[in-house]
Amino acid sequence: MSTKLFTFKGGVHPPQNKTFTQNVPIENAVDPKIVVIPLSQHIGAPCDPLVAVGDTVKVGQKIGESKAFVSVPVHSSVSGTVKKIEQHQVPGGSKVNCIIIESDGKFEVHESVQPKGNLESLSKDEILSIIKEAGMAGMGGAAFPTHVKLAPPKDKVIDVLLVNGAECEPYLTADHRIMLEKPELVILGIKAIKKALGVEKCYIAIEKNKPDAIEMLQKLAEGEDGIEVCPMEVKYPQGDEKRIINAITGRIVPSGGLPMEVGCVVENVGTVATIGNVFMTGMPAVQRVVTVSGSAVKNPKNIYVRIGTLFKDVIEQCGGYSEEPGKILNGGPMMGIAQFTDEVPVVKGTSGILVFNKKDAQIPEPSNCILCGRCVEACPVYLQPYKISRFSILKKFDEADELHGADCIECGGCSYVCPAKRPLKETISIAKKEILTRRKKAK
Amino acid sequence: MENKLIGSSSPHIRSDETTQKLMLDVIIGLTPALAASIFYFGFNSLILLVASVVAAVVTEYLCERAMGRAITVTDLSAVVTGILLAFNLPASAPWWVAVVGAAFAIAVVKQVFGGLGFNFLNPALAGRAFLMASWSTHMTTGFINPVTDVVASATPLAILKGTATGTLPSVMDMLLGNIPGVIGETSAILLLIGGIYLIYRGTIKWIIPVVYIGTVAVIALVVDGGGMLLYHLFGGGLMLGAFFMATDYSTSPVTDKGKVIFAVGAGVLTMLIRKVGGYPEGVSYSILLMNILTPMIDKYVTPKVFGVAGGVKNEK
Repeated sequence: MSTKLFTFKGGVHPPQNKTFTQNVPIENAVDPKIVVIPLSQHIGAPCDPLVAVGDTVKVGQKIGESKAFVSVPVHSSVSGTVKKIEQHQVPGGSKVNCIIIESDGKFEVHESVQPKGNLESLSKDEILSIIKEAGMAGMGGAAFPTHVKLAPPKDKVIDVLLVNGAECEPYLTADHRIMLEKPELVILGIKAIKKALGVEKCYIAIEKNKPDAIEMLQKLAEGEDGIEVCPMEVKYPQGDEKRIINAITGRIVPSGGLPMEVGCVVENVGTVATIGNVFMTGMPAVQRVVTVSGSAVKNPKNIYVRIGTLFKDVIEQCGGYSEEPGKILNGGPMMGIAQFTDEVPVVKGTSGILVFNKKDAQIPEPSNCILCGRCVEACPVYLQPYKISRFSILKKFDEADELHGADCIECGGCSYVCPAKRPLKETISIAKKEILTRRKKAK
Repeated sequence: MENKLIGSSSPHIRSDETTQKLMLDVIIGLTPALAASIFYFGFNSLILLVASVVAAVVTEYLCERAMGRAITVTDLSAVVTGILLAFNLPASAPWWVAVVGAAFAIAVVKQVFGGLGFNFLNPALAGRAFLMASWSTHMTTGFINPVTDVVASATPLAILKGTATGTLPSVMDMLLGNIPGVIGETSAILLLIGGIYLIYRGTIKWIIPVVYIGTVAVIALVVDGGGMLLYHLFGGGLMLGAFFMATDYSTSPVTDKGKVIFAVGAGVLTMLIRKVGGYPEGVSYSILLMNILTPMIDKYVTPKVFGVAGGVKNEK
């Protein structure tokens, strides 16, 4: 293994807590009786339903679609009957229109699900359209439509593909297990994306706390052209796309800009493996690997879950709650979203379901900022979180803007290190939202 | 179960570092020198320490009660201030001087401005300055020579300055703390050990102590030559000031670059006062002066934001 480690300046070292699940092979989910499939699981325009209550559907059948470019269709993850189409709570925190399907337990596959043939025989546009039709959106958490990323404007020349297998969030091991157990899908996905983008060079970024995954992919990459595995230092937020771009290519994505502005596309390794699966089997994005862990889960596991399965059913498969839950998260502990019910569905961006007990769920009381500067040291964007937070609390958003509050990536490193337990990220997020709204209005 | 789940903004985990733990570390770092002060200067040193700490904590409690603020005496910051104020007193000072100084430091310098983190001066140093102005006799003439146990002997820096007569102590005595001075400053070696402990623990960064002491050393070498170097470094309050006073979070710059500016400034001012000013020692006033400049340093010396071209402001 290469001894050179890629990294960035700043960041924090939260306890990793990955041992609960890192050696637990991916388990297939128990078949759900009911799935709740949101018509909007991605950033962009929500889908319109293509089915009506009472219709029968099959696995992989397209059930929602939008005409907008920045949008991806949704598919049924079970075969059965559409029971309701209604507003339902989703992990993002809001209620969105969902198609609720009762499974017939047969899991009949829809006729449209066919292997996509040899990559060599497919054109760029065909690959892009297959990826869009498969409902691909970033599975690392942000859920940005993949085909949009892969089709940058003509004036942006992309020359590097970065596959993000850093998985820097504590507890989460879904990407780790995917790289270990489905490495050939990762490689196939990379080849498809490389062809769609027309790039020669691909780097796979993996934190060095996953030596088995590094070794596995290095072995497979040896036989391939232009695929290189880059071991990364174990540090949060190593998996942030702009950190990865900077660490591996040295390029700096300008403030407010996108990776394509420096010729890069970053895709989460789970997304890449799912794309590999799309080309191999034709099955669209109807399943994903979810890490279920945390202090109030009886048997932490990595589970291959059908999209739309309710959190409580997934947790049930892990032996249920070992004690009264205090907090349920969609995602990791640093950036995950706290849920107020376990009756939310797993969506394309659900990398983990964490359940904390009452004690771990406690939020510490904040006290005065002592100006220790730990937040400034931790910030991977080199902001001054203590100042921006103070301006945000005082509602001085122009001042927060001058300090580039809108460049915050909301990684939470500042709040994590703060000895005074101040809600730095929370208040900066408020300022960021306000600044962006004001900028939009000014236009 | 819906209503029993806690909903809060991310991150959902926090480091186990707290203000209290940081302050406890500072107290641990001060302990060797504290023991030495009692060893060298005897029972009155202990009385001064106890009086100062108790006065600081009680004043903090009373102020917070009176102002309707949350009571924060358990964060131990008042204990640190109490110890540091006592460290700045000569061994023969009466106990009430410690009480008045500590009460001033907490009430006027710290609480009036908003409590921990909002004070712009180091409370202990400002308390000392207040005592110097009010009871200068108690503050400048009550030094005790630990060797002879005689009151009012001159400190090495006063001898160096020529404002007092006497013979300079041996370097070894100076390192161990066997010299006249305020009770907490004399044992250079134990202060150094405490300071290194704080750096090792990550409680303070090395930048301010190293650059501050380095600046003093360079100027001392240039101005006074190598012979007097060790007296400049270990004969006064430099070790105490550089490791425990200048590194106070609230009153020193946040960024590394800012810390360098602060430390160089403190070093230059210290030597300026020692060589040109009216006092034999300049550590505490130089730190206080740099405290005043700190908000300005923090305003202008800031990290360059990732992805933002130098000096370009956001279009609004």
